[in-house]
Amino acid sequence: MTETLPSPVVNADSAPYWQGAREGRLLIRRCDACGQTHFMPRHLCPACWSADLRWVEATGRGTVHSFTIIRRAPLAAFAPRVPYVVALIDLEEGPRMMANILGDDALDTAIGDAVAVCFEDRGEGAAVPQFRRAGGRG
Amino acid sequence: MSETSLRNRVAIVGVGESDIGKVPGMTGLGLNAQAAKRALDDAGLKPSDIDGLLTAYSFTEPYFMLGSVLCEYLGLQPRFNASLVVGGATPAVMLKHAAEAIVAGQAEVVLVTAGENRATGQSRDQAVAALTAVGHPYFEQPYGSSIPGFYAMIARRHMLEYGTTREQMAEVAATTRRHALLHPNAHMKAPLTREQVLAAKPIADPLGMLDCCLISDAGGAFIVTSAERAADLRAKPAYLLGIGEFHTHEHIMCAPSLTEFGATRSGAAAYRMAGLGPADIDVAELYDCFSIVPIIEAEELGLCPRGEGGRYWLDGRAAIGGGAVPVNTHGGMLSHAHAGAAGGLFGIVEAVRQLRGGLGARQVEGAEIALVHNEGGILSSHCTMLLGKDKA
Repeated sequence: MTETLPSPVVNADSAPYWQGAREGRLLIRRCDACGQTHFMPRHLCPACWSADLRWVEATGRGTVHSFTIIRRAPLAAFAPRVPYVVALIDLEEGPRMMANILGDDALDTAIGDAVAVCFEDRGEGAAVPQFRRAGGRG
Repeated sequence: MSETSLRNRVAIVGVGESDIGKVPGMTGLGLNAQAAKRALDDAGLKPSDIDGLLTAYSFTEPYFMLGSVLCEYLGLQPRFNASLVVGGATPAVMLKHAAEAIVAGQAEVVLVTAGENRATGQSRDQAVAALTAVGHPYFEQPYGSSIPGFYAMIARRHMLEYGTTREQMAEVAATTRRHALLHPNAHMKAPLTREQVLAAKPIADPLGMLDCCLISDAGGAFIVTSAERAADLRAKPAYLLGIGEFHTHEHIMCAPSLTEFGATRSGAAAYRMAGLGPADIDVAELYDCFSIVPIIEAEELGLCPRGEGGRYWLDGRAAIGGGAVPVNTHGGMLSHAHAGAAGGLFGIVEAVRQLRGGLGARQVEGAEIALVHNEGGILSSHCTMLLGKDKA
């Protein structure tokens, strides 16, 4: 039996983020007090501790800060996907997040690659943000 | 408020290792107990002398309050006890907490122990799956990330920025294997070449199987007491000269940098407390969960300039008798043992033994000052200590 890829776990800090993903939107937190954006979503701003935060939609454009090609899956659910790319993406807005690079040319990924967000179905309408190579170097 | 210096105030007076490797006849608690008994015997102390116990955590056994659990198992009723979880940094942090408790009069003889039956207490698949819990449960684990993958991303960044090579990383594993072959209790007993490391099964590019630390059954322990009491005991004391910690993140997605970490700050604090610098170090035991890590730590702790860590290993300077500061003289976690927090604890055990002397071919000639660095998470939490054969 093939195990299914994990579905997002929604909690009070992240509910709008995962709702956004269902709608094909990448949402990040911006602080109205100091203007910093951050990832992952929190109850308060890690830069200034203001709780005066808003959700903003990211452009979904970013660059690859670093990446690896996983050849040995840590969990059985990911074994059929091997080899696959795990990357740290620097979003245009500043924050850094983790995702896979998807697509036929994913294994050609290099540091500095421009990438664009896409959304991967994880069952029952849930989705996780992912990225594809967008051509060019950031 | 000024910092209370821990310099010259306490010493490690006993060290012990359990049986190491695949030890199917023992539980994790049993491995801790065996190491503790050996450390106590080494110090020439009795169980009733122990009035403090610190231990870490276990992935293989289901205990909640592990410090209390271990006291119960060992028949101890101490006045100072806790289990600490700072990942691989835990052993060094435990020494710091033990020293602070002793200096504050809250304990006199503290047993510090860690260990797990990771090799036989679970399957390899279970071990790998359990360790995925180190990734962020909501924002990293959904992407099939792994601990080798996190360190691989750090390695790749180091390769890009400083020209570090796969060959240099492979030499870390090869050099430390040569050291392990000089250690009677090391998990690995067969020689290992750089070529074998490069040809090993790929795990997470650019890291292969032999760039990754072992999965062992192992327990380690040491005994800490005041410098005054240490002078009356049977073993040669290893004095704590300086110690410092620094913490920057837990998950790699939140790391401030993939090339600059908290070891620089923890090391600076340790050097400052001791009144010493990198030029004073005779031997270094660095955390080596993956081959890239002691390369970065050698740079951050000043054994070589930034960006030259790879060459430090490839040129043979990290080897015993290599003309510089030898690193991981027991074989490290890549070749001596890795079982949870015990991995870094064995670096402390080895540093004490090097300062006592008499290790034969493994001995670093004239070792008087040792540096030990432990890190936890994904180069997230750092603790550096300096130990001396004499007070500073």
